[in-house]
Amino acid sequence: MLLRLEPRQFTSKRMQYASPLIAAVLTLIAGVILFSALGTDPVVALHTFFVRPLTSLYGVGEWALKATPLLLCAIGLSVGFRGNVWNIGAEGQLTMGAVCGSGVALAFWGDEGPWLLPLMLFVGVLGGMAWGAIPSMLKNRFNANEILTSLMLSYVAIQILGYLVHGPWRDPEGFNFPQTRIFGDDGILPVLLEGTRLHLGAVLAVICTIIVWIFMSRTFQGFKVSVAGQAPAAAAYAGYSRKKVILLSFLVSGGLAGLAGIVEIAGTINQLQPIISPGYGFAAIIVAFLGRLHPLGIFFASLLMSLMYLGGEQLQIHLNLPLAVTGVFQGLLLFFVLGSDVLVRYRIRLISQPKEA
Amino acid sequence: MTAAQLELTGITKQYPGVLANDHIDLAIASGEVHALLGENGAGKSTLVKIIYGVVRADEGEILWNGEPVRITSPSQARSLGIGMVFQHFNLFETLTVAENISLGIDEDHDLKQLTSEIEEISTKYGLPINPHQHVHALSVGERQRVEIIRCLVQDPKVLIMDEPTSVLTPQEVEKLFETLRRLSSEGCSILYISHKLDEIQALCDRATVLRHGKVTATCSPKQETPKSLAEMMIGSELPVCKRIAQKRDSEVRLVVRDLSIPSPDPHGTDLRNINVTVHRGEVLGIAGVAGNGQKEFMAALNGELMDSVTGRIELNGAELSKVGPAERRTKGLAFVPEERLGRGAVPDMSLANNALLTGYLNGMLNNGFIDFDRVRAYATEIRERFDVRSAGIDAEARSLSGGNLQKFIMGREIMMDPQLLVLGHPTWGVDVGAATTIHQEIVDLAAKGTSVVVASEDLDELFEICDSIVVIAEGRLSPVKRTSETNVEEVGLWMSGQFEADEGEVGHAA
Repeated sequence: MLLRLEPRQFTSKRMQYASPLIAAVLTLIAGVILFSALGTDPVVALHTFFVRPLTSLYGVGEWALKATPLLLCAIGLSVGFRGNVWNIGAEGQLTMGAVCGSGVALAFWGDEGPWLLPLMLFVGVLGGMAWGAIPSMLKNRFNANEILTSLMLSYVAIQILGYLVHGPWRDPEGFNFPQTRIFGDDGILPVLLEGTRLHLGAVLAVICTIIVWIFMSRTFQGFKVSVAGQAPAAAAYAGYSRKKVILLSFLVSGGLAGLAGIVEIAGTINQLQPIISPGYGFAAIIVAFLGRLHPLGIFFASLLMSLMYLGGEQLQIHLNLPLAVTGVFQGLLLFFVLGSDVLVRYRIRLISQPKEA
Repeated sequence: MTAAQLELTGITKQYPGVLANDHIDLAIASGEVHALLGENGAGKSTLVKIIYGVVRADEGEILWNGEPVRITSPSQARSLGIGMVFQHFNLFETLTVAENISLGIDEDHDLKQLTSEIEEISTKYGLPINPHQHVHALSVGERQRVEIIRCLVQDPKVLIMDEPTSVLTPQEVEKLFETLRRLSSEGCSILYISHKLDEIQALCDRATVLRHGKVTATCSPKQETPKSLAEMMIGSELPVCKRIAQKRDSEVRLVVRDLSIPSPDPHGTDLRNINVTVHRGEVLGIAGVAGNGQKEFMAALNGELMDSVTGRIELNGAELSKVGPAERRTKGLAFVPEERLGRGAVPDMSLANNALLTGYLNGMLNNGFIDFDRVRAYATEIRERFDVRSAGIDAEARSLSGGNLQKFIMGREIMMDPQLLVLGHPTWGVDVGAATTIHQEIVDLAAKGTSVVVASEDLDELFEICDSIVVIAEGRLSPVKRTSETNVEEVGLWMSGQFEADEGEVGHAA
């Protein structure tokens, strides 16, 4: 007997919904094995990982708080990924959004008003867009691989942030710590829920998700992006400009990553520090694919990823397990999701080997 | 009849959703030229792939000289004595002829000895080729010779030829037939796959006709008429395309002046100094062997190839060569490309979305938003008017057969009410019934005043639907001739590049 993958004639709608569930079950099973091997009671460990973070209002707030930058970055990236444009540098665009928006807050420090916050967000978006525009222009002009350029520019952005907080933007009254002044009240996003840190950024993220959803499913420009991604030759035949799709994808994903950056600063951290993101921009790539590049899917995927961050912290605190467990867990989940996805297009058939003649 | 060299009994192959071969019986005698006749999708390719060991049958038996055999791989097929020349060549462009042939041989061998063997076969069977030449420098006809010699060095008992003439000029076809007759006189059996009836009548001793995966007839083609063969193949009477003789219209629609384009593909064909004029309501056919610049010319007309283009393209007097495909569409150009899936249509998108792909100019947009009601109405209209058989307008483009998808794409472009319709190989891979429908659409459209430029490798098709014919060879265009003032022989000769470029005459249809 042999297992064979056989292409389906039509993509299976049922499998499209079942495959994330299959992946979740497989991840749980692998988790049980993993924790047993680490010598921990798997039930306790899984409870600590998935349930314990959400047992308090504060925890729920943290859940949505961490999901916010993931959602913003992933929803932006999904536009490019659908158009076959591979922006791997959301982390850099997030950083530059944070830097530019914070620059505004610092420039008007002590001389501010209610106009400051919208201006910071606007400049943050522009900063992310500008950083995203660089790889797109390199691609359009010199056919430079956007995967490499956008990735490398992420490290440049992180260095720029490091230079600023260690140098010109360092808080003059900050005892030489590498961080900027704490923003004034007009530069801080209002908290949504008393007793949590959840801020207005979460609402912005949901609004952006809806806008991207409408853009991709209802507008002709969004349709062009999808055609460019699925059949580049058809896009060229119909006269859709490839360069426009590349530029647009980078501007959207860069802008939204930039917004994620300044929202994270203005909402959560309230000053620039050498490290402002635990890799949201990179994790967002996983989130985008976990959500099948669909806005609703990405919404849930960002919540799941956020829960994994929180769960990882809980494991460290309560069970003394290493941080790497979180990484392994994320990897397992992605592995199983992509693996189960094969079932959407293929079916497994048991075949008996024909007898030797 | 002598004992069969190769005999198949009850061969059955099930693919998901299609029964490709349904209990097929086939016997080929030693030295016989046996035709395998059928429309696209009748199961011919599957059957030969089973014989050549590429695909394994679910059921059935293969007898070789009366002995049952299991053929599990092409190399086993070759060692038995089965050779196959594929429709698409498998040659390395950067290697020489001898090196390419050497790669196809499983046993150890000496390249020098092989080279002399190649030369020997080449003279014996009338297949002139220089073994030291690099393949990229060879014409398509020469490449086919390399493929044939590659089979012959292994001394086959059965040679399978899959649609070998689609890439040849009529003269080259005649040469190929001489070679094949010579082989058969020496006892080599030939399984000849085609849907071209005249070739089968000229060459083959027996024919097995397939339809929907089943054998529907076995006959001696020389005793049949093309009409009776076609009816065996399609299972009903052959529809005929009705064409009303057109008056010449003096109104100039398309003018191409001194168009030159270096091909972006290093092995592609550069277009050189193309001049042509097309009038209102005229159907101009572009004949030529594949790979002589048709692709580049079509892309240049559509505006997909614009870099380093020199010369002018004018439609109704408007200069187009500097604007892209989208703007050309607004000026009345429509194009049906040769590749349907992936270029003419997005495979994973619904027919409705594929209607939007180029149909958006027909009022489907509202401030940048898509009016899905209009899109669906448009797709529904295409489907009904052009008899597209599909599971509704939400069916993915990939789920349609070649003919139905082609009807859909043609319909989409025709409903744009174009001034000029450009068609690349409109009936390639399309069954006979759909092909006739498509021909009729082209003729009717021209009768209403649309100009049509159609490139095809099928000369019969061009002579059937065109008012005038021009040949493209090595990126150059021959003089334009009225269809009524030329014939297959002359066009065939031109296809090999033999036409005098008389500057005064070139490119004027009227």
